[in-house]
Order: sequence, then C-alpha cells, then structure tokens
Amino acid sequence: MKKLSARRRHPLAAVVVLLLALAATGGLYAAFAPAGKAQADETAQSLAIEEGKKLYAVGCASCHGTGGQGTTDGPSLVGVGSAAVDFQVATGRMPAQQPGAQVPKKKAIYSQAEIDQLAAYIASLGAGPVTPTDKQVDPAGADVANGGELFRTNCAQCHNFTGKGGALTEGKYAPDLEGVSPKHIYEAMQTGPQSMPSFPDTTMPEQEKKDIIAYIESVNGDETESPGGLALGGLGPVSEGLFAWIFGLGALVAVAVWVAAHTAKAKKS
Amino acid sequence: MSTATKNPSAAEPASGRKAPAGERVADWADGRLGIYGLAKANMRKIFPDHWSFMLGEVCLYSFIIIILTGVYLTLFFQPSMGEIVYHGPYEPMQGIRMSEAYASTLKISFEVRGGLLVRQIHHWAALIFLAGMFVHMMRVFFTGAFRKPREINWLFGFLLFVLGMFTGFTGYSLPDDLLSGTGVRFTQGAILSVPIVGTYISMFLFGGEFPGHDFVARFYSIHILLLPGIMLGLLVAHLILVFYHKHTQFAGPGRTNKNVVGMPLLPVYMAKAGGFFFLVFGVIAIISAIATINPIWALGPYRVDQVSTGAQPDWYMGFAEGLVRVMPGWEINLWGHTLVLGVFIPLVAFGLVLGVIALYPFIESWITGDKREHHILDRPRNAPTRTAFGVAWITAYFVGLVGGGNDLWATHFHLSINSITWFVRIFFFAGPVIAFIVTKRICLGLQRRDKEKVLHGRETGIIKRLPHGEFVEIHEPLSQGQLHTLTAHEQYKPLELGPAVDENGVKRKISPVQKLRAKLSKGYFADGNQIPKASAEEYKEISEGHGHH
Repeated sequence: MKKLSARRRHPLAAVVVLLLALAATGGLYAAFAPAGKAQADETAQSLAIEEGKKLYAVGCASCHGTGGQGTTDGPSLVGVGSAAVDFQVATGRMPAQQPGAQVPKKKAIYSQAEIDQLAAYIASLGAGPVTPTDKQVDPAGADVANGGELFRTNCAQCHNFTGKGGALTEGKYAPDLEGVSPKHIYEAMQTGPQSMPSFPDTTMPEQEKKDIIAYIESVNGDETESPGGLALGGLGPVSEGLFAWIFGLGALVAVAVWVAAHTAKAKKS
Repeated sequence: MSTATKNPSAAEPASGRKAPAGERVADWADGRLGIYGLAKANMRKIFPDHWSFMLGEVCLYSFIIIILTGVYLTLFFQPSMGEIVYHGPYEPMQGIRMSEAYASTLKISFEVRGGLLVRQIHHWAALIFLAGMFVHMMRVFFTGAFRKPREINWLFGFLLFVLGMFTGFTGYSLPDDLLSGTGVRFTQGAILSVPIVGTYISMFLFGGEFPGHDFVARFYSIHILLLPGIMLGLLVAHLILVFYHKHTQFAGPGRTNKNVVGMPLLPVYMAKAGGFFFLVFGVIAIISAIATINPIWALGPYRVDQVSTGAQPDWYMGFAEGLVRVMPGWEINLWGHTLVLGVFIPLVAFGLVLGVIALYPFIESWITGDKREHHILDRPRNAPTRTAFGVAWITAYFVGLVGGGNDLWATHFHLSINSITWFVRIFFFAGPVIAFIVTKRICLGLQRRDKEKVLHGRETGIIKRLPHGEFVEIHEPLSQGQLHTLTAHEQYKPLELGPAVDENGVKRKISPVQKLRAKLSKGYFADGNQIPKASAEEYKEISEGHGHH
C-alpha cells in the first residue's frame, strides 16, 4: 500500500488509471453485448441457404422444380424439413438415378457440408422436421427391451423381426436396417421416406425412437452376436429349409453314396 | 471246477473249456427269450447295395435323433401359457411379458447346459427327417417300388410323411414365439374356413377364442405323445413289412424277381447300418453346431397384435403356405354366412395334391391290370408316363414352395411380389403340364439311346480311318451282363377293348370306366409312349449280319 500511495503523484498515474478504466469498460461491453454474435450466425445461415440454393438448382431442380414446388417427376419439398433432406441425400437415395418402383440406397454423392447447405435451403422453404442432434439419436442408456416391443409392434411387419427387410407390393421393399446409422433411422422415423409411414414426436416421443434404435443396434448391428452359429441371413424358415436340403440332406446323400460304394466284397469260392 | 452241480449246456463244451463270454450271454438270453429262432430266420436276411436304398435309413436315424433330443428338451420345457415377466440373461427381452413356454425356451437356449445345441439338433433333424422322407418317397415312386406287394407299405410311408409334417408343425408352435404364433393363427384361419364345422373345430381345438390359454399345452401332448406314438407304430410296421417283403433290387445279371442279391444283415449290414447311424448323427450335429435354426430370442414372444414380414412355416408346410398366399381372396356371402374360398380352396388343393401321390400306386395297377408281384425295380426311363407324372407332381409342389417364399424371392431377385404371385398362379397349372411333356420326351430319348447301345454297342470315341478314306467310330459291343441289364424290363401292351360288336353283330356294352382305362393305358403303353426294347432277333441280325453299321 505504501508503494502505491507513494506513486500516486507520479506523472503517469493518470494515464494508468485511464487505461484501466478503458479496459474495464470495453471488457464489460464485450461481455454484455450479444448482438454481434447473432449477427454473425444469421450471416452463416443465409450463406448456407445461398449455397444450398445453388446446389439445389444444379442437382435437384430438374425434378423438384426451381423453387422446390415439385413437378410431375418429383414431389414438392416445401415443408419436408431438413431431416428429410439429410436422410434422402446422405443415404444416396437422392439424387435419384432412374425412375423405378423404389429409389434404392447408394453411395452418397454430396459431402456432409453440402448436404447441410441443401437441408438449410429446403428448410427455409417451409417448416418441417429438423435434422436431429447427435445427442437426440444416441442410443446409449436406452431401453432395448422396450425398443424391441415397439419395433415388433410398429416396424416388423415390413422390416422383419430383426430389421432384415422385406418385400412390399409391385417391387417396392422395406430395406435391411443393418449398417444404417442411428441418425438416419431417426430421420426415417421422423419423415417417413417413400413407402414408410412417419412417426412424428407426437405419436412416438424421442425416447421411444432411441429405444428402437438401441434395439436395432443390438439385434442387427455390427456387434450383434448369433449364439446359435451362422444366422443364415436372419430370414427365418425359408433359408433354414434351403440350408437343410442342400447341406443337410445333400451331405447325407453324399455319405450314403460313399457308404454304399464301400462294401464287403463277396469271397470267391 | 466241479462239474457235478452244472447242467450240460451248449456253452459248456465237452472238453470242459469255458465258452467265450459273448456266447454264454447269448445262450443265457436264448434260454429265456427264445430269440435264436427269430434271429436265425433274419440274421442272414439279404440286403442289396445301392445308395438310394439308404435314404429310408436317413429318415429312421433322424427320427431316432429327434426322439432322443426331444426327451432332453421335455425336461426343461414348460408347456404353459401362464404369463410371466422375463428376468433372464438375454438382455433385449428384459422385463418383457411372455408365456412360460417362451420363457422356458429362452432358458433352454441360454441357461440349460447344451440346451441350445440340443434344440438345434432337434430342429435341424426334423427338417432333414422330412426332407429325407420326401426324397425316399420319390425314390420309391420313380423306381416303381410301390407295386404289388408293397402298396400298403407305400401308404404307411405316406402316412409317416403327413404325420411328420403335423408333428413338425406342432413342435414349431410350442415355443410360443412371434413366428410360430403367426403360424398357429394361419392354421386357425384355415380351420375357420372349413364350411359348417370350421368354427366348432377351432373352438374345440383352442378351448375357446384364439389364442386362449390352452393351445401350447394341447399341442405339447399332440407333439410329444399322440403323433410320435402313432408314427412309432407305423414305423415299426413299415420296417416289418420291408423285412417281410424283402428289399427290391435293380435289374442285373443273376438278379431275378425271386431272389435278392446282396449282403447279409449280420454281420455286414448291421455294421454298415450302425456306422451309418453315427454318420447321420454326426452330420446333423455338425450342422447344428455351425448354423442357427429358429432363433426364437430374436423373434420375441407371441402377441396377437404383432406380426412380422417373412413369416413362413418350416419348409414342409411351405407348399400349403404358398397355395394360400397366391390364391385370390374370393369369398361368398350367403344368408349371413361367409364362405372364405380364398383359404378353403387352397386347403382342399393341399389335400388333393398329397392325396393324388398317395393313391397313384392303385391308379397305376388299375391301368396295367397287373396282379403279379414285382421285386425288380424299374429304371425311371423305362416307365416314361409314371416318371413324367412324378416330375409333374414335384413341379407343382415346388411352384407351391416358391409361392410360400414369394417375399424372399422378390427381395433377393429384385422382382415384384405381384409378378411372382401371378407366376405361381399360372405355373401351378402350366408347370406340371410342361414338366410332364418334357420329362416324357427325355425318357423316350433315353430309351432310344439304350436300344441303340444294345444293338450297336458303346461308342468308344476311337475314330478309325478306313483304307478308302472314310472315318468311322468304333463301337464296342456290350457284355452279356450289360445287355441283360438294359433289356431286363418288360413292356406292357396297351389295353384292347376288343371289337365294338360281338359275334352276332350286336353292339357290345363297354362301361365308360373301361373306356377311360383303355385310354389311359394307351397313353402309357401305346406306340410313341414307349420305345419297344431291342429284341433278341434284332440283336442277332445286326451282330451277325453286317457287323457295325
């Protein structure tokens, strides 16, 4: 204290005080004024929409119309939401390769950054389901058993007991769910792509979706164990019957041929 | 050794030396059971050698394996539909409400030592048992082994196949999982479609409305007691008749309708059959160890409000499933009652398709009018119409199976399920006709080839150049034995109805049944429906006349 009071009449004391005061005011201003950051976000968003619109004009507009209003070749995208765009484009279904009974999954041709831009543009056309966050789709801690019950009630009639897929009418099909990321399963439930019905949060809350994702991971994921040996595609009695005929009876006939070919020869008398 | 207290016996030779232990045991048993008399007659029973004669053994052994593993499973299975909450080791089922039947099947799969393996052996053996019976039946059919005196044994075998189907079905239903529950519901629907009595049968079988609380316990009794009991009886009768009739054999030198050429039951066949049992058990055990069957833990417990795609029965019921899947949903509503033709017609067709193959031996013997015994087998080509009929039947069966798996055909071959349904609808009728015609042509072609071989010998593939430059292929004449084998079969003459008028010029009365029989006989045996085999005269003329060519 003595040192400080001794220097308070120093010629530069006023300058130091002024500097401290300025720094405090500036710091407080910076801390309490959020307007600048919001401004920056707005800019990024509009930039994404802008970029998305350009990508859209090149890759999507020929079928869905220049403003996303839809044409005879593709449905309107107003109100489908960013979740639908993320699902369709990230799984490679869109842009569609050719017309057919159903648009199949293939290699995605846009990067995730481009997909986000496209999604931002489509979302700007009208409110719809929003792309879920990582936390929303994380199956950790979800109730697998409840997910199984929900899956068998809502999903199994098209996707099979363990999500191996199944046939629909006229060449359409419910795809195998193996290797589908939790995010895309979530988005599919939200948006109901192609023949699939949609399960919005009002009928199936977020937690139930997580349970279903956890169930699919546990019975049809990379780490799924098959306690009985080869799962034979998980397709049930048809593949089992085929296996029984070819490898069961086939092997036994081969053994029978072998046994019959090796016989005690009658002694010549 | 004191001889005073001993009775003289065969096991105690005069020399005073003790007989081997085995002989003494046999002597002890024979003195009390009198089995030597029985054994003497059958010990030297001769069995001919051919791999296809062992298909029946595959069935017998897999049946034994099913019984053995089934007994083990009954120790742990709870045939009850009482509802409990699962708290076992299988995580995806934690806290799920299920029947005790399903819970105990989970327990067998995950907690009982060796339970899953035994369950899989039981189920794989069942599929192989049915497949074995199917192939065995077809072997008997195509070689004509069902002819007199074996018609009754054919029926026994057929009944075993049908009972095997229903035993398998009731067993598949026991775990009360979502797949089997769907199958039971399917069957209940089929029962309901039967006019007048359907509802009553359903109510009786399920003890009220479906699913009720009784069917697992009831199916359990049927599955482990009633049907296997009947099957065991039929099986014994089937084997006794095989012994009684003696085994059939293919034609060959030294083989006649009155003898059997082969190896004796003891010791050769006992050793072979015993060894074959272990081979069958081994193959089934290996399959059960490497491949899952019916993973009920992945299917979930049965609930009437749940269903999955890809719900099929085991293969032997797939044909019935297919008929129902492709049948248009016709129904008739009359006086407040509904006749569900969409289900009832397939149910009738299922019975008809099975019935027609069961009755075929009687139809054929009526057409040929042959009352003699047949112990020499036909080569399929030498009975072209029968063979063609058999292939047509298999074609219809297979087309039905395609219908039963139409969804998997659609997804795996990228086809429309609707197109497959239409394919099955058309080819269930057209397929057998095409198969019949094609098979018959192939048989006739093979008969011509046999004739050519008998008359001109085997093509050796050796080309000879004659002095004047001509190339000829050397044909090697067949041995006497080969000639016999190729010409041993006899050929029927078509049935003649005789003149239309009798000696007085009065029109003879011929019943329409006789006319039909004559027509069918013509279809079987007239010129163009079989190739007359090479006669001795033809052979002589060619071999003595101008050699080859």
